[in-house]
Amino acid sequence: MIAGLAFYLFAGILIASAVMVVTSRNPVHGVLFLILAFFNAAALFLIAGAEFLAMILVIVYVGAVAVLFLFVVMMLDIDFARLREGFRRNAPLGLVIGGILLIELLLVAAAWRFAPEAAALRLQPVQPDGVTNTEALGRVLYTDYVYAFQIAGLILLVAMIGAIVLTLRDRPTAKRQDVAAQIARSGSVVTRRVPIGAGLAETGIARPPLPEAPKPKQVEHQGGGHH
Amino acid sequence: MAEVLYVAQTVVIVLLIVVPLLLGVAYLTYAERKVIGAMQLRQGPMTVGPWGLLQPLADGLKLFLKETVVPSGANRGIFILAPMVTFILALIGWAVIPFGDGLVLADINVGVLYLFAISSLGVYGIIMAGWASNSRYAFLGALRSSAQMVSYEISIGLIIISVLLTAGSLNLSAIVRAQEGLWFVIPHFPMFMLFLASMLAETNRHPFDLPEDEASLVTGYNVEYSSMAFALFFLGEYANMILMAAICSILFLGGWLAPFGFVPFTWIPGPIWFILKICAVLFIFIWARATLPRYRYDQLMRLGWKVFLPLSLLWVVVTSGVLVAFDLLPR
Repeated sequence: MIAGLAFYLFAGILIASAVMVVTSRNPVHGVLFLILAFFNAAALFLIAGAEFLAMILVIVYVGAVAVLFLFVVMMLDIDFARLREGFRRNAPLGLVIGGILLIELLLVAAAWRFAPEAAALRLQPVQPDGVTNTEALGRVLYTDYVYAFQIAGLILLVAMIGAIVLTLRDRPTAKRQDVAAQIARSGSVVTRRVPIGAGLAETGIARPPLPEAPKPKQVEHQGGGHH
Repeated sequence: MAEVLYVAQTVVIVLLIVVPLLLGVAYLTYAERKVIGAMQLRQGPMTVGPWGLLQPLADGLKLFLKETVVPSGANRGIFILAPMVTFILALIGWAVIPFGDGLVLADINVGVLYLFAISSLGVYGIIMAGWASNSRYAFLGALRSSAQMVSYEISIGLIIISVLLTAGSLNLSAIVRAQEGLWFVIPHFPMFMLFLASMLAETNRHPFDLPEDEASLVTGYNVEYSSMAFALFFLGEYANMILMAAICSILFLGGWLAPFGFVPFTWIPGPIWFILKICAVLFIFIWARATLPRYRYDQLMRLGWKVFLPLSLLWVVVTSGVLVAFDLLPR
């Protein structure tokens, strides 16, 4: 019973927050609702028995991707009045495009035919002999499809190197810190242990001279003082 | 009926964890002030109660009685939500921490991932607070904090992976049991040191407390907060410290295990050992605060990306290589 209630609770919040992502006026609120939607999706994964996927969803999407989203959206300089300026004029075009997309989606959904064994596989954890789904996923990824997995990794690596190559420029004016040079520098600073008081004589540092006794001010009265 | 009983039992266990935890947070602030006082040849809090022992309660009461101020330019909902997020995230991590053999609220088999997820969410309380305050200082603090936490999470993740390879499980109790005979701090000593430093960065503590850099940001993200909202941030930060100390003792210091498996040590029950280990790690937190100067921001980023990340990645490769070569992989 609890699992059933939890499912409807999480599914309800998921759909509500997904709607709020699209409709909320403030983009930061939109991203925060998106995060709420991710959380509820993770909870649905948990109910379906896919605890590894649930945790990865939270770690990758909520913990990393959404933080960057939030970062960017918070930095945007948005003028809300200008954003809604062309709404009346563009609304018919938007409605037409939306309608076409909806019809296409309905066509695809209507023509979809499930594989005959799909119903049996649905929501069934891959647990042949009591292995956890972390192990099951690990076997699939690293044993059965290891070459495909490695190729995917290489593609990501190429994308990363591409991004670095495109953005890295060596400007001659840039100042860089050379940590190795800083650490390797020696000679100017020496640490020694000296008994209290001996350091003064040994290093030749004299005590600071006592301040001279204040002299009585000799004011010369030259006639025209400004009193 | 059985379900009602189950819920009631869970609530009681949660209270048994949360109430001592909050007390621990209160006295952690006291311990911090005492230890730093001793290191700086001062006495620390002395006047409220014997040896100043009632000081945390007095501080709490003072914060409770102050006025809650919401700045007029603030985004009200998020402004109020942010301290709650910080505080709740600091508490829910404790659900999977094993205090002894079988003494755990939820013994889930992805415990490490759960903790990692929770600690990576900690950034939201700070970034929401910084943005909603509508203040330059708070926003700068929040930006620094999120960049810092995202960077150090990567090295923490890789460090955890080398521990997991050795333990062969994602379940925290199983990780502790795998350390019987040899705590992971010995084979993974370099990673232990890296974890200690990343832990300081992840909880925004000295010497990596750039987000609340008093000298340049007037305490950063929480500058606009007062009263209980501020207190929730404070409690959250310290509860997070205790949580990270607990994670550290589970991953490296053998959790509830006694240091030696023979008689005088095994008389002391596991939870006591666990708490002692947490206290030892917390002392390192305070020690670092008392002795180390604050990092410069670019140095902090350099340390995370150019030193910790390659080192921990190398250690994952070395660990898996050794485990495969000597056929030590856990089955």
